[in-house]
Amino acid sequence: MAMNTSTPKQTSHLKREILVRLIKAYLSDDFAENTRLIPYDMRPKGSEVPYRCCIHSERAILRDRAIAGLGFSIEETEDSTLLSELANKAEKRDVPEQQPLTVLTTACKGCVPSRVYVTDLCQGCVARPCVNTCKFGAISIQNGKSVIDPAKCKNCGMCVQVCPYQAIQKIIVPCESACPVGAIAKDENGHAKIDFEKCISCGKCASACPFGAVHEKSQIIDVLKNIKAGKKVIAMIAPAMIGQLPCTAQQLKEAIMKLGFADVYEVAQGADITTKNEAEEFEERLMKGAEFMTTSCCAGYNELVDRHIPEMKPFRSDTKTPMYYTAEIVKKEHPDAVTVFFSPCVAKKREALNNPNTDYVLNYEEVGAWFIALGIQVTECEGKEFKTESSAEGRNFCVTGGVAKAVQTLLPEDLPTHPVVIDGLTKQSVRDLKKYAKNGVCDLGNLIEIMACTGGCLGGNSTVNAMKPALKQVTSYVNSSKSIKEQVSGTEQVKQ
Amino acid sequence: MDKKISVKVCLGTTCFVMGSSNLQELIETVPAKYGDRVEVSGVPCLGLCSIDWEFSKAPYVKVDDEVIKEATVEKVLKAIDEKLNK
Ligand code: FES
Repeated sequence: MAMNTSTPKQTSHLKREILVRLIKAYLSDDFAENTRLIPYDMRPKGSEVPYRCCIHSERAILRDRAIAGLGFSIEETEDSTLLSELANKAEKRDVPEQQPLTVLTTACKGCVPSRVYVTDLCQGCVARPCVNTCKFGAISIQNGKSVIDPAKCKNCGMCVQVCPYQAIQKIIVPCESACPVGAIAKDENGHAKIDFEKCISCGKCASACPFGAVHEKSQIIDVLKNIKAGKKVIAMIAPAMIGQLPCTAQQLKEAIMKLGFADVYEVAQGADITTKNEAEEFEERLMKGAEFMTTSCCAGYNELVDRHIPEMKPFRSDTKTPMYYTAEIVKKEHPDAVTVFFSPCVAKKREALNNPNTDYVLNYEEVGAWFIALGIQVTECEGKEFKTESSAEGRNFCVTGGVAKAVQTLLPEDLPTHPVVIDGLTKQSVRDLKKYAKNGVCDLGNLIEIMACTGGCLGGNSTVNAMKPALKQVTSYVNSSKSIKEQVSGTEQVKQ
Repeated sequence: MDKKISVKVCLGTTCFVMGSSNLQELIETVPAKYGDRVEVSGVPCLGLCSIDWEFSKAPYVKVDDEVIKEATVEKVLKAIDEKLNK
C-alpha cells in the first residue's frame, strides 16, 4: 500500500534526533561530555528497548550513528574510542573526510543475504521447469519438492521466472538492489560494505536500507564551528530546498540567517548561468554534427561517467554545475566568506571536495535538525528578499526534466532539439547509457538530461518533504518567477 | 447528530522535519475515507515540541484532545477509528 512507503521511517527519525542532540551539545557549555551522553540520554536506565535485544546494543548503535553525525567513518572508528574524544577531534578538524558515506554494519544483522529459495507453494509438478532452466544444476527434487543447493546456486533468478506456481522467491538485499553500479554488497559476515572505487555517492543505498545502516558523514560541526568563530558564513541553497519546508522562500532565507549565516544565495542563480552556457554549447555541438549531448549538473551522474563510463565523457556537456557558478559568484563578491552548499543529496558532498569555492555541504535533514535545535519556526519569520532574482527555469532545475526544459527555452526554434529525460539511475539505465556512449548515438533524442534520483533533486536521499507537496511548492514558486528569456533579452539590451 | 472529530496535524518546523511531512497525505485521505464525520487540517506548531527534550517525540497530531506522539499515518487512523466506534 502506498501508505507504507510514505509513513515516516523510524530510521530517519533516529538520524535526525541524533543530529539535533549533537547540535544542542555543540551549543552547550560542554560539547564533548554532552556528546558522550547522547546514547544514554536517548536510552536512559530502565527505558524501553524498542528495536534491539538489549539496552546496551541499542546504545552501541546510537553511538555509531553519532559517529557519522560527527563526520567520521563508523567502519574506521575503534570500538574503544569515546564519543567525547571524537567530538574534540571533530572540532579541531579543518577539512571534511573524503568519502561521504559510511555503513553501520551492526545494523545489517536483521537483513539476510540475497538468495533464491523455494517456498511451501512448490507443488512438485511433473514439468519441473525450474530443474530444466537452471544452468548450474543447482535444483533437484527431494521428497517430491524442488530443493536448491546453495553451493551451486548463482542467484540468477531464472527458476523464479519459470515456476508456474510462483513458488520460488528471491530475497533481495535492499541496498544491493538499489545501487546502480554494484558498489555495495554484503561480505562473508553478512555486513554491507561499500566499495569506494565504484561508489558514485548517489545515496540510493542510504534511502533504501530499512535499518538505516548507511549514513552520511555530517559536516554540521564544521559549519557550526565557523559560525561560532564569527566567520562570514554564506549559505547557497539548491533549488530543491524551496520545496522542503512549508513556508515561502523569503521566510526560509530569514530562518537560515537566524542560524547565524551572513547571507543566503539561491543556487538557481548559478543554474541560470548553466542554462545559458549549456544552450550555447548544445547548439555549437549540433552544428559540428554531434549526435547527442548529456547534461552535466547532477553530481551522481558525473561520478558515474568518471568512474564507470569514461566513453561518455565526449558526449557530456562541459558546462559547469549550478553549484560551481554560484560558489564562484559568492567568493568573488565575498572573498573572505566560508561557503556552505545546502544539498538534497550526498553526491554534492563529493562534488564540493573538488570545488575550492564550496567549503562545506549540509543536507536538508541537517538543516532541519538545526532549526529544531534552535527552536526556529520558519513560518514565524517575516521574510527577507534575495538580492538577485533567479529565473523560473533556474528554480525548476530540481524537478526532473527541468534542466533540459531550461536549455530548450534558450535554443533557436528551428534547431532540431529532442530532449529526453533519464529519471533516476538504475542498473538498467546505466546499461542504456553505456550503450549510447559506445555506439555514439542515442535513439531516444539528442539532449539527454540525466538525474541520478527519480523525480530529480526533489527525490534526493536527504530531502525532508515528501515528493508531491515538495513539487507543488516548487512549482508555485517557479510560476511566480520570470522566464530566463526575459533575463537574456534584458542583458542584450544593456549590451546594445 | 454526533459531534465531529477534529484531527490537527502539526506542520510546525520541528514536527515537519521529524516526519509530519509524510503525514500531509492525511489531509487528503482522511476526508476521502470518513467523509464529514472527521475534520482534518494542518496546523502551525502545537507548542508541544519546545518543552524540554520533547522534540524527540515529534511529530505530534491531535485527535480531539488526545495527543499522538511520534505520529504515523497508521496511529492516527487507529485513533480516529477508536473514537468513531465509541
Ligand atoms: S512543531 Fe509540532 S509541536 Fe511544535
